[in-house]
Amino acid sequence: MINEALFFSAVLFTIGVVGVLTRRNAIIIFMCVELMLNAVNLTFVAFSKLYGAAGQIFVIFVMTVAAAEAAVGLAIIISIFRHRETVNLQNINLLKG
Amino acid sequence: MLLQHAAAGAAHPLSGSTAELLWLLPVLPLLGFIVNGLLSLTPAYHAGPADPSASPGADHFQATGASHHEEGEHAEADHAPVRHRFASIVSIVGPLVLVLSFALAASIFATMLGAGEIHTPFIQRYFSWMPAGDLNIEWAYQLDQLSVVMVLIITGVGTLIHIFSIGYMREDPGYPRYFAYLNLFVSFMLVLVLGASYPVMFIGWEGVGLCSYLLIGFWFSAKANADAGKKAFIVNRIGDFGFLVAIFLMYANLGALDFAGVAERSVQLTAGGSLVTAICLFLFLGCTGKSAQIPLYTWLPDAMAGPTPVSALIHAATMVTAGVYLVARSSFLFSLAPVAGLTVALIGGMTALFAATIGLKQWDIKKVLAYSTVSQLGYMFIAVGVGAYVAGIFHLATHAFFKALLFLGSGSVIYVMHQAYHHTHKHDDAQDMRNMGGLRRFMPVTFVLMWIATLAIAGIPIFAGFFSKDEILGAAFARAHESTLADASLLGVPGSAVLYAVYAMGLIAALLTAIYMTRMMLYTFHGENRTGEAERSHLGEAPWVMTGPLVVLAILSAFGGWLNLPAFFTDVLPVGKTASLDHWLEPVVGESALRITHGSSAHLSASTEYLLVGVAVAVAVTGILIAFARLKPSLLGTRTPAQSRASETGIERILANKYYVDEAYDAAIVNPTVQISRKLLWRGVDVGLIDGLFVNGSAWLARGLGLAGSWAQSGQVGTYAWAIVVGVLAVLGAFTVG
Repeated sequence: MINEALFFSAVLFTIGVVGVLTRRNAIIIFMCVELMLNAVNLTFVAFSKLYGAAGQIFVIFVMTVAAAEAAVGLAIIISIFRHRETVNLQNINLLKG
Repeated sequence: MLLQHAAAGAAHPLSGSTAELLWLLPVLPLLGFIVNGLLSLTPAYHAGPADPSASPGADHFQATGASHHEEGEHAEADHAPVRHRFASIVSIVGPLVLVLSFALAASIFATMLGAGEIHTPFIQRYFSWMPAGDLNIEWAYQLDQLSVVMVLIITGVGTLIHIFSIGYMREDPGYPRYFAYLNLFVSFMLVLVLGASYPVMFIGWEGVGLCSYLLIGFWFSAKANADAGKKAFIVNRIGDFGFLVAIFLMYANLGALDFAGVAERSVQLTAGGSLVTAICLFLFLGCTGKSAQIPLYTWLPDAMAGPTPVSALIHAATMVTAGVYLVARSSFLFSLAPVAGLTVALIGGMTALFAATIGLKQWDIKKVLAYSTVSQLGYMFIAVGVGAYVAGIFHLATHAFFKALLFLGSGSVIYVMHQAYHHTHKHDDAQDMRNMGGLRRFMPVTFVLMWIATLAIAGIPIFAGFFSKDEILGAAFARAHESTLADASLLGVPGSAVLYAVYAMGLIAALLTAIYMTRMMLYTFHGENRTGEAERSHLGEAPWVMTGPLVVLAILSAFGGWLNLPAFFTDVLPVGKTASLDHWLEPVVGESALRITHGSSAHLSASTEYLLVGVAVAVAVTGILIAFARLKPSLLGTRTPAQSRASETGIERILANKYYVDEAYDAAIVNPTVQISRKLLWRGVDVGLIDGLFVNGSAWLARGLGLAGSWAQSGQVGTYAWAIVVGVLAVLGAFTVG
């Protein structure tokens, strides 16, 4: 059972990584990041079956932080869109050194 | 300055007497330096029209140097006579501190005479100067028979020269600065001879070197003068290095640096061993620098660029004799090292002869005297080398008298010549003897006084130089016969052969001395006057403030021999005490001198002694006669200096060019150093390595790293994400493989 869960979460994480690396739309990248977080959550839950409830507690934490992050992240994306009329990351390089 | 009674000093016969005021001796000239030095910082003249009353008479003497060139162009009335506005204060303070110092020295000397036999030095400790672990150097002065003789010479001759300077430097705009340096010099010189340990002596040694540099380059606006100062300083540095190494060796092996301590522990050293020989030779390297011996003598003739009284005080009477004092002071070491003694005597003999030959063909009156000084210093080193320390100090004293007289006399001549040229706006060399001649008619007093000094230096009986020079030659001859030096050998040559050679060199040098000194007198004072019609009317005796000191020095030059009359003289003419200086210095150097002569104080047999004296006198008289017979100033006629230079051939030309030693040093040492400095050290190391690689290189490195970092910061979040993933994979990969 643990093998299937870990395999599934690894696939989910990889999808998230590939999505972050290949897509240019900030919203989609954002969703891919959520995918990666949820893949990790899945791993936590799977392991909690073997090692006790600590993993499930961490999942709660991760989901809380992810919710906060989603709120902040979406707010930033919206304000960038208001300024630049785009959410394409290639056009957004304000952090250039 | 707080006086602290040392435990050893408390029981000394001199404690509680005026000798306690020892510390005041160097402090007095130091006060003079401070006062004159502060005055020299003020502007030289009052603003507004010059006060005509400040310029009595018509002397517009501007000493040989920088400023006289531009003045000749103006008419007499155009330029106000220049005298520093504080000149009158300086004229009092400068010499007064010397007079006080001399008076104090004389009273200390009188106390010592009255205290009877003093066998141990009177040491005054003032404060701990360098406490560092086991090493504790105290600032301490040592009064003994040797240092009091030196102090009397320095303050006595120094006073006379200070007084002379009042006249000589009268209208120099740097008048207070001149006296400030001169006072400072005397202060350091007194520290040198009073210091109770090698480090304190070294402070004086360096200090007089500094003052020498400052005074040689006194008229620094002419490059040649500044260069001469630098040369003196740098050449002396080489010698000082030797002195320092000797101090290090002494501390490392003996663990003491004060004279008493080193003398006490020197008995542990093997006589003739390599350690004591090394210490002595390094000390002597210091002496060759300061006292202008081969190979480091070249700075002294150039030092004549300074004012003439400076040449008299520093470069004839006192500073250059510091090396002789050092050897005599370290006699307890030198008497243990026969090889070092032989080296000192041989170098002294060679220098005496070598410099005397150069003196034969110099035309600058001060250059003649400069080479004569180098030669006479060679005599002193013969004496201290062979262990005749008293003879060395005796010649040091008599030389201080007659050479100071010669220099001050030449100063008077230059002063008068210069004044004459100044009146007629002529720009000839006031120091070139070819421009002089026949001055005896115009300056009869100086003429007579200079002849007294000349007879003294030539070694004509009853004059001071006769006794001291004869004692040196006699000592060299006697030590060649029997002494530890004669038993030793130098580079395979037996010591007695070396010493006989040194004696011969001394004798030939005596002949040459008589010749070149008579030559100088002939060209300067005898024959026809060559100054020219217009100048002739302005020639005359220098003012009394200048001639007065000459008279005193002439008396000392004539009767200075009374300091140490030899037995063969008093046997015939009982005019004074025999060997007073010998007895006086016996507690300081007697033991060392006896060690060299195998403990016997027996002199040469009377017949040998008379023979040697006869030879020496015959040589001196022959020299004077040869000069009178062979040299004809009238032949010089109207030839200009340039023409007569061209007519010199062969050996004359070599001598006139001083054996090309300066050129050889330039080619062998100075130019390679300059080239290496310029090409390798400057262009290569400084510009290339330090500026290029280190300074600019680190700047380029920082800039390059910054550019790379800035390029990586593209602002493309995608790129960052890739970088993170690649990094994570790399870390994971590393863990997996590891």
